[in-house]
Amino acid sequence: MAIKADPKAAHVAQEFAHDAPLITCRFDPTGRFIFATAEDRSILRWDLASGQKTVFTAHDSWVGALAFTNDGATLISAGYDDQLIWWSATAEKPTPIRKVKAHAGWIRALAVSKDGKLLASGGNDRVVKLWNLPDGAPIREFPGHDRDVYSLLFHPSGQFLLSGDLKGQVHQWEVASGKLTRKFEGKDLHSYNGGQGVDFGGVRSLAFTPDLKQLLAAGLHKASNPLGAVHEPIALRFEWETGKLVKTHVSEDVKQGVLWRTVMHPEGPLIGCSGGGNGGFLLFWAADAEKPFHKFSLGNTAREMDLHPDGIQIATAHYDKKLRLTKLSPKPAAPTAAPAKKG
Amino acid sequence: MNCNYACGSSEHNIHRRQFLGTLAAGTGAVVGGLGLFAQPAFAEQMAKQQKRMLVINMHGGLSQLESWDPKPGTTTGGPFRAIPTSVPGIHISELLPFTAKQMHHLALVRGLNTKNDDHGKGTYMMLTGRRQTPGQNFPQIGAVVSRALDTPTRSLPGHILITPGGGGGRSADSAYLGPKYASIVLGNGNPPQNTTLPGALTPAAAMQQEELRRLADNRFLSRRRTAQTDAYTQSYEAAQELIRQREAFDLTKESAKDHERYGTHDFGRHCLMARRLLEKGVTFVQISHSNYDTHNENFNFHFEQLGEFDRPFATLIQDLYDRGMLENTLVVVLSEFGRTPNINQYYGRDHWGRAWSVCLGGSGIARGAVIGKTNDKGTEVTEREADAGHLFHTYLKALGLNSKGHFDLGGRQVLMADPAFAPIKELLA
Repeated sequence: MAIKADPKAAHVAQEFAHDAPLITCRFDPTGRFIFATAEDRSILRWDLASGQKTVFTAHDSWVGALAFTNDGATLISAGYDDQLIWWSATAEKPTPIRKVKAHAGWIRALAVSKDGKLLASGGNDRVVKLWNLPDGAPIREFPGHDRDVYSLLFHPSGQFLLSGDLKGQVHQWEVASGKLTRKFEGKDLHSYNGGQGVDFGGVRSLAFTPDLKQLLAAGLHKASNPLGAVHEPIALRFEWETGKLVKTHVSEDVKQGVLWRTVMHPEGPLIGCSGGGNGGFLLFWAADAEKPFHKFSLGNTAREMDLHPDGIQIATAHYDKKLRLTKLSPKPAAPTAAPAKKG
Repeated sequence: MNCNYACGSSEHNIHRRQFLGTLAAGTGAVVGGLGLFAQPAFAEQMAKQQKRMLVINMHGGLSQLESWDPKPGTTTGGPFRAIPTSVPGIHISELLPFTAKQMHHLALVRGLNTKNDDHGKGTYMMLTGRRQTPGQNFPQIGAVVSRALDTPTRSLPGHILITPGGGGGRSADSAYLGPKYASIVLGNGNPPQNTTLPGALTPAAAMQQEELRRLADNRFLSRRRTAQTDAYTQSYEAAQELIRQREAFDLTKESAKDHERYGTHDFGRHCLMARRLLEKGVTFVQISHSNYDTHNENFNFHFEQLGEFDRPFATLIQDLYDRGMLENTLVVVLSEFGRTPNINQYYGRDHWGRAWSVCLGGSGIARGAVIGKTNDKGTEVTEREADAGHLFHTYLKALGLNSKGHFDLGGRQVLMADPAFAPIKELLA
């Protein structure tokens, strides 16, 4: 990385507009494109250099998750229409390469193994499924969640797959055998509101620290009014070896927010994308701190985020139909106006 | 009982005067002649022929777009798809796959415009068929139906609410019809309060106590009988009958298979209780399913709530049909309003009374009918607009009553329904 990231220098450097509110977003592994999905069921691709937008359409519902092959050549989209669709990520006029009816109901999460051979999917049917990424062939199923599966993450070793659910549980599966080997109890990530009769919360995001010694599970807590969006963002930091909760990250001044996603920056801080009634924020926590050392306002409710391979650019998907590109580096100096020519 | 809505309005508190505190002071069923009707076979036969009504109140404001009037593929449609039903041409939300198979027993009103986005006013309007106005109070549909259809020989209360929580007791929902027709609340589906004898009181001792009370009452009544003393006596007699028939509220008498079919969650149990009470001859049963006030994450919560609603509701419809009761039981699934076509920043939908739907079925209803239509985005009614007042008239007509008729209350004639409206004729069989 040529430039060291500076969260306190965060600023929105670029915006890409669409016709419908956005849902999620991901950079392709090469960093050339940013992909997003929208409430009009489309998948959008913007070329970061030119700003050119390409629209992918084939899903019969909203698209909740995106994943890529390691070379960035193939995009896999997961719909709320039960389907996984394989696409050429770079095609000028993209059409589906393969459609797989993968789940009964919404597919909420995708993950790709580090070696790029395996794809995992999970959603409202409470089952995690493993696929051969190159050809979409089913490999294995991991039943066992009591409620909807919200998030997925492969351990970089390839040995384990992690899945988080609505009840705040993270299941650790052995990839080769399908055996459930451990559960992380993220109790703070779930609540049942008896007056409203609803379960709420969930493991909205999973991430490993760069040294793989800790696992982050994020979402919301203090849900005093789930149906009215009164809740606060939270991330739980577990020690991988022992499964012990070692730190809780909160942001008490964000009274109406959820951490839609957290990512670990390679240089250390935990970055969370919060959206809710207070607006949209990027929150930055040090490993040993409960409260964020920096909060950056994005100007509109954010619904998802991704970190560019350069470690400097962060994409966020927004309700106001815009994708914002935030840079963790100082703004370039404004060009100095040329002196007026004299007569 | 406090119903916990999302937007925190004080209107969301359901004010229930705990009328006289216990059942012993207010059931108001008619005294005497109960012996024959307490015999199971006769009672069941009578119950099948009796007109009844079941209301399922989707508290908080069910989204019409995620239920009866989906608009998939539009900017307002949200992520859920529409699925075909057992009636060709009718599609409902994919969140209701079991209900879709019962559509031939049901009908939809898709053109409701109640011009109201307030929880309290909406509930009042939908249950009384009238606008809430200061200084006036009208009886809810359960009281009206109970008053109009109850037979003098009915031994169980005619107006029962099954609520998700709360302790139970009596409601003040019968207005000028009087406490006799006010609902008895089964908090969380539990049997009525105070229907078991205190531990220290043996049945024999209780009977002696009751005999003593009767002796004293009769002595008093022989000299000073008034409407008030009659009502007082009736209340005690009805409470005694309720204690004798406590088994009517005992869900453990239902088979394990039925418990499994309905689901072990609260709403499943409440639907099974509704079936049991309707079978026992209760005239009006209302179940509440909470909560649909989904300003936040509307789609997740409708997935969760309708996932709970769908199977027990469909099972109940099928059972009522299989047992020959649907023909005489009017079923209504209503709410206080619908939800906005616009999807807000939290993936939520807000209050919307301008274009929404209710589902009906059973007694007097044209099966498979769809009355009214909304535009492509579901923002406005474009055909056969209806109001809560029209629905109220339709309920009465579907139960074989003259909705333009009146009650005679101590010589005063009071109209059963708002005269500004009329039944929706196309909805009637």
